[in-house]
Amino acid sequence: MMTRYLFTILLIIPSLSIFSQKIEVIDMDRLKEELSKHSDTVYVYNFWATWCKPCTEEMPDLLKVEKEFTNQKMKLILVSLDMPSQKDTRLAKFIKEFNIRSEVLLLDEPDFNKWIPMVDDTWTGSIPATLINAPGKDFRKFHEGVISYSELKSHVQSLIQ
Amino acid sequence: MKSLLTITFLIILSSALMSQGFEVGDYATDFKLRNVDGEYISLEDYKDAKGFIVIFTTNHCPYAIAWEDRIIALDKMYKTKGYPVIAINPNSAEAYPADSYDKMIERAEEKGFTFPYLHDEKQEIYKIYGATKTPHVYLLNKEKDKLKVAYIGAIDNNYRNAEEADEHYVQDAVNNLLAGKDPDPNFTRAIGCGIK
Repeated sequence: MMTRYLFTILLIIPSLSIFSQKIEVIDMDRLKEELSKHSDTVYVYNFWATWCKPCTEEMPDLLKVEKEFTNQKMKLILVSLDMPSQKDTRLAKFIKEFNIRSEVLLLDEPDFNKWIPMVDDTWTGSIPATLINAPGKDFRKFHEGVISYSELKSHVQSLIQ
Repeated sequence: MKSLLTITFLIILSSALMSQGFEVGDYATDFKLRNVDGEYISLEDYKDAKGFIVIFTTNHCPYAIAWEDRIIALDKMYKTKGYPVIAINPNSAEAYPADSYDKMIERAEEKGFTFPYLHDEKQEIYKIYGATKTPHVYLLNKEKDKLKVAYIGAIDNNYRNAEEADEHYVQDAVNNLLAGKDPDPNFTRAIGCGIK
């Protein structure tokens, strides 16, 4: 009986760790590295935060596009601008609620002017904002504000072929 | 026909310009918005002001909250020198119940705001100014009875900790105006809460 109980627990533990998303806290240098990756993948970087309502409203569309391109060379990277102190509470809870499997990076850089222009020169700093980067196709498009499902999908579609 | 075309062209052009909002060097428009005390306020009411620190801000936004005490400090520092803070909440109470007019009154009382906290009830003014997020600062300077946009951007360069900020953009910009110089930089960026 005891062995069976233990066995069940052993089965549950690894599956739990698959579902609990790891959030990596990054600085500006790591973001720069991230944005200048060279590969034939289409990267979609979404800058957002849990406290930003338009961002959370946009999230299901982003996840839907990501799902439609499963097993293709498309990667959604969620760059959270939440306060680092809320990483394990608010942010982790949101990721669980929305069942997010995408890579989540928390950018911890209080001096905005040092890194905002690095993402895009035209960005005034409002979120959500999305950067579509396809280094293999030499394509880079920045979108400040909510991006629609159809716009994102058509970009990814055209880049992935 | 030709004049009709010209008019159409002008309408398109002006709407295109409007949607862009103000840039540094543009002349800002005045407004008449309700303050938390119930009175309607316009910039033209301030006959003696040399200019204004117009700040689009809200109750709910964590960044606005993080900078709130510094907004109060700016008003205390510069009101007597001719540059009062005018705060405007551009959010819709439907999108953000915490940003309703009643909640604005509560917040202003709680924090002891020394400046007007106006409600952009029709959500028109922030669009004319081109504010995209909160907090978003427009520093205006009176020049021959016109209001010239002298600086647009952030309050300083560290939202988290006032003491760690080593670039005090708005403070430096107002000091420059007081010294008869143009602000440098006159444009900065900051992450803020999208207006809705």
